[in-house]
Amino acid sequence: MATKQIIHGVFGDEVPMMEACKKLRASGIRVKDVFTPFPVHGLDPVIGVPRTRLAICAFIYGITGMSLATLMMWYMQIHDWPADIGGKPNWAYYFNIPAFIPITFESTVFCAAHGMALTYLLRCWLVPGAKAKNPDPRTTDDKFLVYLELNDEQAKKADAILKENGAEEVNYKGTLHIEPAY
Amino acid sequence: MAIGLISIIAMFMMDTNADPEYNHNRAWANIFTSAFFFMGIALAAAFFLGLQYAAEAGWATSIKRVIEAVTMYLPWGLSALFLFFIVSQLHMNHFYVWMDPAAAEHDPIIAGKMGYFGAFWWIRTVLYMIAWLWFTLKLRKNSLEADKLDIDVNNSYHWKNVKLGAWFMVVFGVTSSTAAWDWLLSIDIHWFSTLYGWYAFSGMWISAMVTITMLIVWLKKLGYLDFVTESTVHDMGKWMFAISFLWTYLYFSQFMLIWYSDIPEEVIYFQTRWESYKALMWTVLMVNFAFPMVMLMSRDSKRNFFFLIFVGTIILVGHFLDVVMMVMPGTVGHHWTGLSWMEFGTFFFFLGLFLYVVLNALTKAPLKVKNHPFIEESLHHSI
Repeated sequence: MATKQIIHGVFGDEVPMMEACKKLRASGIRVKDVFTPFPVHGLDPVIGVPRTRLAICAFIYGITGMSLATLMMWYMQIHDWPADIGGKPNWAYYFNIPAFIPITFESTVFCAAHGMALTYLLRCWLVPGAKAKNPDPRTTDDKFLVYLELNDEQAKKADAILKENGAEEVNYKGTLHIEPAY
Repeated sequence: MAIGLISIIAMFMMDTNADPEYNHNRAWANIFTSAFFFMGIALAAAFFLGLQYAAEAGWATSIKRVIEAVTMYLPWGLSALFLFFIVSQLHMNHFYVWMDPAAAEHDPIIAGKMGYFGAFWWIRTVLYMIAWLWFTLKLRKNSLEADKLDIDVNNSYHWKNVKLGAWFMVVFGVTSSTAAWDWLLSIDIHWFSTLYGWYAFSGMWISAMVTITMLIVWLKKLGYLDFVTESTVHDMGKWMFAISFLWTYLYFSQFMLIWYSDIPEEVIYFQTRWESYKALMWTVLMVNFAFPMVMLMSRDSKRNFFFLIFVGTIILVGHFLDVVMMVMPGTVGHHWTGLSWMEFGTFFFFLGLFLYVVLNALTKAPLKVKNHPFIEESLHHSI
């Protein structure tokens, strides 16, 4: 059975926090998470968060919205009840395509935007009634917190790196017991 | 550079002498197209610069000198247009139908519009030119003055420019539309569209963004702009992507409203284009909408310098063709036989002039702004 220490490195500013994260990663320590009061640009690659795949989702949702709109308009305006508006030809979809473009566009944007928002909220589990995963309430005010889960040897190294790079506090929050995978 | 310019001038001299059967209209229309296209780039760059000040945006500070250099073509572009207008008024061509005094007598529609055109048109034209030049030159002057100081206490020059930028936005918002009506829309004087001003402006804007991006990428490759971060280039790529959508939106809106209402006097505008310029119309739409959409959609392509230059070149050509499509049908009409060496000759002449002026302006001032409150922010720009 392996034991891991939970370490909170608390910083007062984002610049030393970024530096500390870079040093930690350079010495082979995994930064589990970072909690900040506001979005810090350029933090993701520093702590090794993989590139977001939200764009791929957006593309799929957009294509879905486009197909849905096309299908809906074809069924309503052409197939089921051909509406004669201003004498425009209506016996095939492509005759009326200029009129259909705005709706196709809006539907694509609608599906992409809502799909992305919902995916994001679900992926982060920001659902109604969800409990905040924030380890220290001060990170919602003015503190930056580097969250680490390390074994004893790494913990010593991390402790030194955090303090060298201007951590205001290094808090040990107990241990995690991890069953080895057989 | 100079040799290229001379050869281009020679080509241009041959252009104007070519083909008397078009009443010289085609050669004149070519000059106008190229002159307007490059003036539009400089003008939209000035707009973008003013916008950065008015919005107090920091990210673009590190590329400010490049934008300024592009705006420095504006006096040249406006002079070229002004000369062209004078020549037209002297009836050396038949570019604007309403400038012909006989036209109003036979055509009740033109007669009804002569209160707006005629002398009032000239007053407006001169006013636009003075206003735009004043703002552009003043913005540049303040920026250079600020650089001369050791330290700019209170950022006084910056605040002057913020004020100028904000006023420029107000002035430009009105004049960009009316100028497009006066100079471009009045070619097809029987037709009118309120969207036209924005459509013309969005075309200028995308051309300017592409030009600025390409200059930045080129200078960065040569090592002059090492302090410009890749994120700034990425943001410029986003602008290219976004404004090509804005252009498509306006282009299509104008088409769709007219297609939908189907009123004969309005449809005529697209009818002439559809009949004689069908290939060009589709090319313009594909090149300026579908192509940048597919090529610039991903994040990596906006950071790939080769891609930006490649896509940028094609978009620039596309928007030149767009201006060709605005001008040619109303002036040359069915005499137009497709793109020829005449179009390219005049295009290259103005391109040479443009590059000469812009690159000259780039050498006149340090590429890195010294006394600007947002320069630090811009140097650390990261997204």
